[in-house]
Amino acid sequence: MADEELRDPLATAPGMSSGGPLPPHDLAASLPLVTAGGTGGAAGALDESVGRIRREQLRLLLRSAPFIVGLVLLLWWVVCAIFGRFFVPYNPVNGNLIQFNLAPSGAHWFGTDSLGRDVLSRVIVGAREILIVALLATVLGAAVGTALGLVMGYFRGLVDNVVGRIVDAVLSLPIVIVAFMFLVAVGPSTQTLILVIGLVFALIIARTVRTAVLQERDMDYIAAARLRDESAAHIMFVEILPNVAGPILVEFTVRLGYAIFTVATLSFLGFGIQPPTPDWGTDIANSYQYLAAGYWWETLFPALAIASLVVAINLVGDSIEAVVIR
Amino acid sequence: MTGYLLRRLGLTVLTLILLSLIIFLAGQVLPGNPGRAILGPFAAQSAVEALNHTLGVDRPLAVQYWSWVSGIVHGDLGTSYQFRAPVSSFLFPALGRSLKLAAVAFVLVVPLSIVGGVAAALNRGRLVDRVISVTGLSLSTTPEFVSGVVLIVVFAIGLKWLPVTASAPPGSAFPTQLRYLILPAIPLVLILFGYIARMARAGTIEALDSDYVRTATLKGLPRSVVIRRHVLRNSLLPTITVIATQVGYLIGGLVIVETLFNYPGLGRLIFTAATDKDFPMLEAGVLAIGIVYLLATLVADVLYTVLNPRIRLQAAD
Repeated sequence: MADEELRDPLATAPGMSSGGPLPPHDLAASLPLVTAGGTGGAAGALDESVGRIRREQLRLLLRSAPFIVGLVLLLWWVVCAIFGRFFVPYNPVNGNLIQFNLAPSGAHWFGTDSLGRDVLSRVIVGAREILIVALLATVLGAAVGTALGLVMGYFRGLVDNVVGRIVDAVLSLPIVIVAFMFLVAVGPSTQTLILVIGLVFALIIARTVRTAVLQERDMDYIAAARLRDESAAHIMFVEILPNVAGPILVEFTVRLGYAIFTVATLSFLGFGIQPPTPDWGTDIANSYQYLAAGYWWETLFPALAIASLVVAINLVGDSIEAVVIR
Repeated sequence: MTGYLLRRLGLTVLTLILLSLIIFLAGQVLPGNPGRAILGPFAAQSAVEALNHTLGVDRPLAVQYWSWVSGIVHGDLGTSYQFRAPVSSFLFPALGRSLKLAAVAFVLVVPLSIVGGVAAALNRGRLVDRVISVTGLSLSTTPEFVSGVVLIVVFAIGLKWLPVTASAPPGSAFPTQLRYLILPAIPLVLILFGYIARMARAGTIEALDSDYVRTATLKGLPRSVVIRRHVLRNSLLPTITVIATQVGYLIGGLVIVETLFNYPGLGRLIFTAATDKDFPMLEAGVLAIGIVYLLATLVADVLYTVLNPRIRLQAAD
């Protein structure tokens, strides 16, 4: 319920990304859609995102400082994830056991950890697994959740009620706890991590998609499609889906941020990404007990890495939301 | 109104039953063979079977579920695999300590985020608004252990203002205990600030744009009176609901904060139970979080109904 309210266009900060009121031509462009649709912001403005992002929207995005900052940070971590292992200064997995717990210096900018591994190298390479897992989990969640939401919203009735109750029950626990419990039960691995996070996200995304579908299903174009004797699958995936693409896109970026959050947290708890794969959360879990001994660099730099990645994704996502849903 | 409340209560009970099924699935169906999990891969098969029999996990699933649920209803939360003692003797003291930590976080975050959200709304589109919004968003998406680590490095190790752990020495006075709880409470405050401030801001903006506020302004009321009497009264109502739904989140975030700060609350109980594969303890702990959340949302809904005359009158029909 809080989630739904947060999706409320009112709840998005208008001042945050556009840097001022919309140019008049943008307003005019979205106006006919809104009146034709009669549903207001979310459904109407979203016709545009279907295949072509409008040039004005893109320009609005590129003018907003939070978007640019987020994009640059995000691209940096993507580069690290893909090419990081080619430009790391040291071997991130096998350290020099004699040079352990070294403070940051010219040779090791971020110092070394308790196994003599270069922290900077591990921070760079650590972007890889978390981004892969989070992205795949979000894609899985968006795909399953969209299908589920379309079915729930279009057919209503029993399916909608049953799935709706289950969603309520699952969401009465924090996502991290649900994922944690299932990972403890089946044992952690990259595949289960993706599966568990993806499926929990699917439930949340399904709820958002369902709400969007409910606004669409009584419109004339649906009635027309029914009169043409189109199949339910055709109506759901060909007629309705393009019109709810906007909320799905926004939901995708929001969930991607949460996926990073969740993967990092689960790794910190020891049930996420498993060693020896370099990972920020795992590194923090292994080093935070040495904080009191003064070896702060082993924990602080991976922490800052996580923070910068999550913030970057949310700055980008929030800017897109502010431009797309309006 | 009574009808509405009864319906609402029924819904909560239904959700609770579903929740218990999900937890049962994760705690007793998916792990497969608890005896094997506890004794390890090299134990004799006969020993595993004997342990499974002692634990009662060789019975049919329906029987297991029934005995688990009826036990809970009668106040028996099961027996810990790890400690061979009733779960409740660990769970309730831990829950009490967690609520203490959560209360400290709550007392800090509620006024802070409401003031932040309202300030952002009153300065809509200006720098103050943008700073509060972007900061809130960034903080609410930064994992608790990340902000926790940064806070420890800066305030406990760098500046040495606050202790690194959360547990005060036994028998210390209330102010000392409180001092130990401040640092662990801050990551929770940071996570929640964004959500609550966002809702407070949205509610305030909606009220500011309404006809009755325009009327109040046009009839010449001073701005401070308009804001106090017409804007805030209406804008803070939805915020109450959000705050209550965040109680569950707060309790969930405790798993991470309590692990990081080594605080013996419900969160650390769940974490330890998970690493020890102590499923009865894990199930009871997670169920406790779910119940706290459901109770909090129930209270929020009731409060919302009682405070909002429109809904109160509608529900009376």
